[in-house]
Amino acid sequence: MRIRIVYDTRYAYETPARAVAQVLRLTPRSNDGQYVAHWCVELDIDEAAPCGEDAFGNVTHTFFTTKPLSHLTITVSGVVETADTHGLLSGVIEPLAPDVFLRETALTTMDDDMRAFADGIAGAASRDRLTLLHDLLAATHADVTFDTASTNVATSAVEAFALRRGVCQDLTHIYIACARHLGIPARYVSGHLVKLDGDVEQQAGHAWAEALVPGLGWIGFDVANGVCPSETHVRVATGFDYLSAAPVRGSRIGGGTEHLSVKLAVADLAQRQMQTSD
Amino acid sequence: MAAYDEMFGADGAFADGASRAVYGELKLWMDAASPEFFDARRRQAELFFRRIGITFAVGGEAEASERLIPFDIVPRILSGGEWRKLERGLIQRAKALNAFLCDIYGPGECIKAGVIPAELVYQNSQYRVEMTRIPPPHGVFVHISGTDLVRTGEDDFYVLEDNARTPSGVSYMLENREVMMRLFPELFARHRIAPVETYTDGLLSTLKSVAPVFAEGDPTAVVLTPGPFNSAFYEHSFLADKMGVELVEGSDLFVQDCRVHMRTTEGPRQVDVIYRRIDDDFLDPLVFRPDSAIGVPGLMSVYEAGRVTIVNAPGAGVADDKAVYSYMPEIIRFFTGEEPILKTVPTWRCREPDSLAYVLEHLPELVVKEVNGSGGYGMLVGPTASKAEIEAFAAKLKGDPTGFIAQPTLALSTCPTFVEKGLAPRHVDLRPFVLTGADGVRVTPGGLTRVALTEGSLVVNSSQGGGTKDTWVLDD
Repeated sequence: MRIRIVYDTRYAYETPARAVAQVLRLTPRSNDGQYVAHWCVELDIDEAAPCGEDAFGNVTHTFFTTKPLSHLTITVSGVVETADTHGLLSGVIEPLAPDVFLRETALTTMDDDMRAFADGIAGAASRDRLTLLHDLLAATHADVTFDTASTNVATSAVEAFALRRGVCQDLTHIYIACARHLGIPARYVSGHLVKLDGDVEQQAGHAWAEALVPGLGWIGFDVANGVCPSETHVRVATGFDYLSAAPVRGSRIGGGTEHLSVKLAVADLAQRQMQTSD
Repeated sequence: MAAYDEMFGADGAFADGASRAVYGELKLWMDAASPEFFDARRRQAELFFRRIGITFAVGGEAEASERLIPFDIVPRILSGGEWRKLERGLIQRAKALNAFLCDIYGPGECIKAGVIPAELVYQNSQYRVEMTRIPPPHGVFVHISGTDLVRTGEDDFYVLEDNARTPSGVSYMLENREVMMRLFPELFARHRIAPVETYTDGLLSTLKSVAPVFAEGDPTAVVLTPGPFNSAFYEHSFLADKMGVELVEGSDLFVQDCRVHMRTTEGPRQVDVIYRRIDDDFLDPLVFRPDSAIGVPGLMSVYEAGRVTIVNAPGAGVADDKAVYSYMPEIIRFFTGEEPILKTVPTWRCREPDSLAYVLEHLPELVVKEVNGSGGYGMLVGPTASKAEIEAFAAKLKGDPTGFIAQPTLALSTCPTFVEKGLAPRHVDLRPFVLTGADGVRVTPGGLTRVALTEGSLVVNSSQGGGTKDTWVLDD
């Protein structure tokens, strides 16, 4: 699938913000399932945003500005060609020991309720890890309702699980926390999804999990959709959780209340002409 | 069990109340002085400390209270021979710790060789994945360490823990000496005592030695503090003052053009070395905790570019994890090829089911600590705990066995100390300070002796009511 992505992130500050600094994880890398044909990250301010790499192997752009800003827009656009690998990830350089993905983070803690849920799926019967991960995928997808109204970016797995509600970020955190509890290295992936129902305009990026299966490697599990990622998925960044894979992490001094607006269009170029809304 | 006494040795070692040779001169002098003289000196000492303003804010109390750490005027004395052995052991340990940290953030040979289980490293919350991309300048992770030692016999010194993050207490070591010299000049005339005042010069040299290779001219170092509300703020300002460098908070620093600058009255000035006294978590909100308001946004990107040095390096905390501690003998052998000079306390890792079972059965005899705890909080001292405390702790332990280790209760040595009723033996430990720079390893003779002021107590932490003593290394 040839996928075109146009992604505008606009920050408007109530009063001019000073010392704005951001790290962007908005640039995908090519792997055996996706070829980045074209990619461009632009800022509407006059600052260089040098390209780098973080500990997880993600492409980063980092910038600092000392000029007061009343608004800031980050525009990302590109084309990625994807192929269905049935969720199997290959052709990716792994800079870290897989065991680091067994640690609990603030967003992926467990409580007794979640442990009971995870242990219930693991059950007494010994199954292979891949089957277990698929069972966990099905159970999480079935038990936790997709709902954009009840959680926010800081909601932890425990909080979302207690509500049995959340967005793709929450569902992914729950899945990761349970997998780690069962001794399986698991990590967070942020990316984009072509909606096959034809919706090009989207409210937010997508997220899913990857878990390690010996002999096969990292395998994707899209908990929000209850499937493995396919050619509709563009993998952008990975990390322990939302925070370490976040598309934008920033800090600023002053600026008052921040108003964030996101315009995202993800389209299968074979299906339709790209709709641009500006 | 009778504890070894620093002044009088093991039980009944000397006839007629005679002291160990190293305390001979002090004992003679003390025997000749009147109780009134000591009372006067103790009041004077307190006055000195109040005037200096050296305080320690005690956390966990309803009203944030700043108070003096009790100071005891009877010094703790080590012979030159005892010290030389300790010093060799400390240097060996510092080298092994740095090699260990370079390895776990690099090739991971010690994990492949089975020296230490992978999970203790990779699942450790102190293991900062960012450091896998950043070799710290000159290969030094732990520039400043404070190793806690305890003595149980004439030749038996044990390492209790390695403080590899931001060990505190060195200002007390320095102030204690200054006050002692003012109170008892005659004692310093009668002994040849190795000086400790050189510590701050050594610290500044160490900081400058690890400046980025790109630093031009004389490198600029600063002390980064979380601010006046931190319990050790006095020490931060003290060290900056003694070194003649700026004491800064995160908001005084900013990143521009891939350099760290500090705001000064004469405009921005580039900073080459940051002696930070804030935890990794708060260093840079772009990389670690996003809610940190005391860090410097972008600091880690400058660090990665090799344009600033952070002291101690982020991620050094893996080395003072108490579960990692239990593998130190193997780590020292693996990285130095030598036998460890200092002893490690036998440790039960509660993560291992057999050990957990043993620990639960023997709680009344053991000391149980949180693997990531410090300050003497969250630990159980079995022999002095009540039955209810032990039961409550057992429940906590069963809930999270990987979070705890247990050790036998050591008979910490005692040292005569002035208490309400006069002189009495009280348990002490010793925290020597080790500096590791590109220009070598420096160990200040002695260190900070902490004393548990409550009779029989083994908890010497200042945050738990412990006091301090001046520590002498005799030049013999």
